[in-house]
Amino acid sequence: MIKFLLMVNKQGQTRLSKYYEQVELGKRAALEADVVRGCLARRKEECSFVEYKDYKLVYRQYAALFIVVGISENENELSIYELVHNFVEVLDKYFSRVSELDVSFTSKNTYYVLLTKLV
Amino acid sequence: MPAVSKGDGMRGLAVFISDIRNCKSKEAEIKRINKELANIRSKFKGDKALDGYSKKKYVCKLLFIFLLGHDIDFGHMEAVNLLSSNKYTEKQIGYLFISVLVNSNSELIRLINNAIKNDLSSRNPTFMCLALHCIANVGSREMAEAFAGEIPRILVAGDTMDSVKQSAALCLLRLYKTSPDLVLMGEWTSRVVHLLNDQHMGVVTAAISLITCLSQKNPDEFKTCVSLAVSRLSRIVSSASTDLQDYTYYFVPAPWLSCKLLRLLQCYPPPEDGAVKGRLVECLETILNKAQEPPKSKKVQHSNAKNAILFEAISLIIHYDSEPNLLVRACNQLGQFLQHRETNLRYLALESMCTLASSEFSHEAVKTHIETVINALKTERDVSVRQRAADLLYAMCDRSNAKQIVAEMLSYLETADYSIREEMVLKVAILAEKYAVDYSWYVDTILNLIRIAGDYVSEEVWYRVIQIVINRDDVQGYAAKTVFEALQAPACHENMVKVGGYILGEFGNLIAGDPRSSPLVQFNLLHSKFHLCSVPTRALLLSAYIKFINLFPETKSTIQEVLRSDSQIRNSDVELQQRAVEYLKLSSIASTDVLATVLEEMPPFPERESSILAKLKKKKGPGAVSVNELEEGKREGELNGGGERSGDNSAIAASNASTPSPSADLLGLRTVPPVAAAAPSAGSLLVDVFSEAGVNDDGFLRDLEPPTESSDSLLAEGPGDSDSAPPSVVSEDPAPPLPESNELLNKFVCKNNGVLFENQLLQIGIKSEYRQNLGRMYLFYGNKTSVQFVTFTTTVSCPGELQSQLNVQTKQVEPLIEGGAQVQQVINIECLTDFCDAPLLNIKFRYGGALQNLSLKLPVTINKFFQPTEMASHDFFQRWKQLSQPQQEAQKIFKANHAMDTEVLKAKLLGLGMALLENVDPNPENFVCAGVIQTKAQQVGSLLRLEPNAQAQMYRLTVRSSKDTVSKRLCELLAEQF
Repeated sequence: MIKFLLMVNKQGQTRLSKYYEQVELGKRAALEADVVRGCLARRKEECSFVEYKDYKLVYRQYAALFIVVGISENENELSIYELVHNFVEVLDKYFSRVSELDVSFTSKNTYYVLLTKLV
Repeated sequence: MPAVSKGDGMRGLAVFISDIRNCKSKEAEIKRINKELANIRSKFKGDKALDGYSKKKYVCKLLFIFLLGHDIDFGHMEAVNLLSSNKYTEKQIGYLFISVLVNSNSELIRLINNAIKNDLSSRNPTFMCLALHCIANVGSREMAEAFAGEIPRILVAGDTMDSVKQSAALCLLRLYKTSPDLVLMGEWTSRVVHLLNDQHMGVVTAAISLITCLSQKNPDEFKTCVSLAVSRLSRIVSSASTDLQDYTYYFVPAPWLSCKLLRLLQCYPPPEDGAVKGRLVECLETILNKAQEPPKSKKVQHSNAKNAILFEAISLIIHYDSEPNLLVRACNQLGQFLQHRETNLRYLALESMCTLASSEFSHEAVKTHIETVINALKTERDVSVRQRAADLLYAMCDRSNAKQIVAEMLSYLETADYSIREEMVLKVAILAEKYAVDYSWYVDTILNLIRIAGDYVSEEVWYRVIQIVINRDDVQGYAAKTVFEALQAPACHENMVKVGGYILGEFGNLIAGDPRSSPLVQFNLLHSKFHLCSVPTRALLLSAYIKFINLFPETKSTIQEVLRSDSQIRNSDVELQQRAVEYLKLSSIASTDVLATVLEEMPPFPERESSILAKLKKKKGPGAVSVNELEEGKREGELNGGGERSGDNSAIAASNASTPSPSADLLGLRTVPPVAAAAPSAGSLLVDVFSEAGVNDDGFLRDLEPPTESSDSLLAEGPGDSDSAPPSVVSEDPAPPLPESNELLNKFVCKNNGVLFENQLLQIGIKSEYRQNLGRMYLFYGNKTSVQFVTFTTTVSCPGELQSQLNVQTKQVEPLIEGGAQVQQVINIECLTDFCDAPLLNIKFRYGGALQNLSLKLPVTINKFFQPTEMASHDFFQRWKQLSQPQQEAQKIFKANHAMDTEVLKAKLLGLGMALLENVDPNPENFVCAGVIQTKAQQVGSLLRLEPNAQAQMYRLTVRSSKDTVSKRLCELLAEQF
């Protein structure tokens, strides 16, 4: 099961977050910072799945933007990995060549895409 | 999805956003935001009614500000107003704002609910979808209450659009997760299951998430989904790569749907219907075959999607664990991935293989990859992959390859990442113990472990090695020799010193014949480490020294010299100082005979399961642990029920019991009072070993206050000398229940009369009778001494929620009990509703001036209120079936603790209070019972079935009752009885 989805840039700024589980606002910031640090520290040749507390993180990097999905232990990692890509492809079509700026400037639209795709 | 044209108005928003982006500093940004907030506030407060467009614009701005991380405390009302707009964009922004910003407790919920209701009944699919998304995103209880009845209807209605069905399914799933009690599928079940056959793939995808979640809770109701899922899967798997159009992803047909179908099937055992099963096996084979086919596309997305399905299929194969052929094929496939150049695949292959290793069919096949896995452990560049490799090595280890694997893991430890060292250490320790053929190898391995990764060796590991050395006399000499050699290294880890100190203290004599390791050499070696060690280790070493005095009288003067030195006898640490003083006195006063008895070799430890396993499990989910070990773990949990400490106390008691005379003699000598207290601690180094951790804070106290029994015996010897009693540091608060009180409780599950507790001073007998929901218990307090007990008070209390479950009344007893006399106390008990805990009985009295304070659990358990019910076989099974909800059943499989004697079992079951039904179970070996628990609030019918397996010396116990807590508690209680 997907627990949360984050879009974060290399500087560690969260561009978009979506939680499918109640997480307090205060804890979100800490969680996001932690997650990003974990993903940024990893090299290209390392695998895209990281264990983090009770979650497993699946991340993909698109230019300077990371998309990180927190999933439960029993979720299929590869299918999530591809789901992220699929999501990005949809964004790409929707915005016709998506970039980080699109996501941050028109977050409501990104949210909308996310809502219709995943709920 | 409506297209968003770039010139979609809201210029104000675009300007605002670019303003923010252009801000040079955080302060400027905040200033700009505050200005905007003030502007919006005044607009909203203004007299002029805002049109929909401006409201939308301002709400959008608020949303943006919120997303930048600022708090928004107004604008909710305007957003709610937008909901009733007929314009899509306005409604959408309204819903978006609410989904993101309104938390589930908001007071606005009622207004929002109204708007949603209107949209749901609007028959406009886009509006319906928006409303459903909003329900799903907020997902509060109020929303569930308002809409849980409505949504299933929308979901299965024939005229609902596909996109709405999709949203409805997901929305229902969300509501089910937050408030399962409100979502009742009942009549809709079969129609929801049939959504798996829907034409529209999107609907199927959404529905399957819902069905998976529902069938995890009520597997029986949704059983029919298995055959539907199989046929759907088979259609997808056999379809050509372009058949499914939109749902084909890089030439892979519906990958996510396939994964979900495979996951749904993992909620169920293999299909019983031969045809369905055949079809499923065919599917799985096709998936495995496809992995071997040349890829249809070079794109990595193609292979990822394909492999996602493959891994899910392998999980299903592992879950079924019944098709040797498929299991071996899966293993071979994973073996290929182990050498794949994609790190992700290597990681996943190692992970899946870990579970494959525990299947009997594929264990051998997994083992063939050992070289590859070892190689991965050495060369993999990613720590998480290396960790998986270590897990897999652990899982594939058995007697045949244990030496190789342990050696590899040890050598990896030297360079392992810090994050996984502790876990590795535990694993090595467990494997070494589990597969040790000769124990000298085990000792070598653990000592190596301490040498290589001393900092990561937890206490459990070195406790364990000592336990094993003490219990096996064939390895003691070797162990002494090895630690002696290990200690000669110029720098050795403190844990090594601890093990060394303990083992040489016990078995140093076994190597003393060799002049190179003569007693004095041994002592000097140990003492050379002394000053570098922490306080707990020094304390342990002091104990080792006093043991040396006993083992080698020739070292006595040297050691006394050391003990007498200021750095010991005046040490600022009380624990060390006390030990030095006591040991010095002990060595100079006691005769050799007394010394020999007090400082006798440790008795063997009671055989128990390794506490290391438990520690490993605590650290990590059971992922890497095979089922077999889990079983062991469970038993261990039961064995060590009251935690480590209780085991230790009983061991202390045992060692005290084995050497009763010296402590009495010591007392007779009337030496410094604490010596008496020191006797048990010197007599059993065990105390030292296990209290190391807490030495600094409570070790001192514990020494002053030896376990109840010994303090009693101390007093029993010299009742007149109340002043020689240990200083009364006992507080007036009720003592915590004795560690063995749970055990005492278990003794009385199947009987009503007997001796509840006994020590040197006091005996407590018990007699009880129960009728309906009422009980009466007679407690008999017997004074075993010849001196009176004064201020004898007892209190019965119901801790926590028990207070509302049991009504317990007592009369106070006489505060004086003459020597040899017995007093009686009556306790009336009323059971209000079912309960789990037991009431506490606290007893306080003064005996020769010292306050005695002890707490016990009163043996009042839920089964006491049983009324037996006789019934015929037919009735029994009918009722059994009626209690078929999973939470109504509790089951335990456990090992027999006593001989499996049919008559004894029968007597116990009768004692339980249920009716033992004959000729009900088709298998005459099994026992079935029925009874009704009478409580004031309700009656709880319970059925029980006990299936002994004489060959395996195991039982399976199944309890079903109309209340889930009762089943659980009964199962817990009974599992301790047989």
